[in-house]
Amino acid sequence: MLVTLNGETREMAADSTVAGTLELIGVPADGRGVAVAVDGVVVPRGAWERTELSDGAKIEVVVAVQGG
Amino acid sequence: MAEPLRIAGRELGSRLILGTGGFENHDVLAAAVAAADVELCTVAIRRLDPEARGSILDVLGAVGVDVLPNTAGCYTARDAILTAQLAREALQTDWIKLEVIGDDRTLLPDAVELVSAAEALIDDGFVVLPYTTDDPVLARRLEDIGCAAVMPLGSPIGSGMGICNAYNLSIIVEQCSVPVVLDAGVGTASDAALALELGCDAVLCASAISRAHDPVEMARAIALAVQAGALARDAGRIPRRRYAEASSPTEGLPAFEVPGS
Repeated sequence: MLVTLNGETREMAADSTVAGTLELIGVPADGRGVAVAVDGVVVPRGAWERTELSDGAKIEVVVAVQGG
Repeated sequence: MAEPLRIAGRELGSRLILGTGGFENHDVLAAAVAAADVELCTVAIRRLDPEARGSILDVLGAVGVDVLPNTAGCYTARDAILTAQLAREALQTDWIKLEVIGDDRTLLPDAVELVSAAEALIDDGFVVLPYTTDDPVLARRLEDIGCAAVMPLGSPIGSGMGICNAYNLSIIVEQCSVPVVLDAGVGTASDAALALELGCDAVLCASAISRAHDPVEMARAIALAVQAGALARDAGRIPRRRYAEASSPTEGLPAFEVPGS
């Protein structure tokens, strides 16, 4: 299936989860300082393992940067 | 002002909040934080860059300051709300500096979207600190719906034009019972001092420090200016007069008459 991860289209296995996707892009398992939204809804850290992605999902993975 | 600044029940030892945008690197930022002796620094929320080296959270954590996430870059209430929720999840804080921009040239706030986002976030349990215009009526609306402070601009973000409408700012200060934080436009130390003299409770400053020729020295200068402004306000300035009032006695002046003239 195809998902959009931070604006880039990626081919992912059909049973991919949020946690698996984060691992792919090198986010440490504790996910400190990271937040995720799927299709415009925040997925809390505690739900990363069990949240499966669907075809066409739009995932935003964000962190704090300098600003303001 | 002898009392410390208190926002949403939390005491802050410094009346300067540092924006972390624009610093050349994390080392300069850390030195500026130390020079200004601040307790709270803003951060923005952006897509994870796997190539990025070093986390700003580590930098700020090492110097012992807390983070205040913002919703910079959001143009709608919807985007600002989601960004605030992401910030809460990423940083484990329910404080949010709410920015909803309405124009990309002036970066002025969109009042309608701002109020709408603030209402939704307050309902969702956030401590909302809204970046707002210097409109006293809008500031009152933001206070009425439950914002923990109001943060009017002195002039547009990064413009360095200082306080363009001191009258409006003084009306906001006069009517507000929540803290008033001057949030944009500071160009140099005197602007920060003026904000406190006008009665603002604190100043949030980024570009004036981060883009100064020497950011660390400017951090110190602006921190001192904030203290000076607070002291001057408490001390009570003299009224402005149209004409001079001699400070030396007018009695007892010697007469310098020249004999025979």
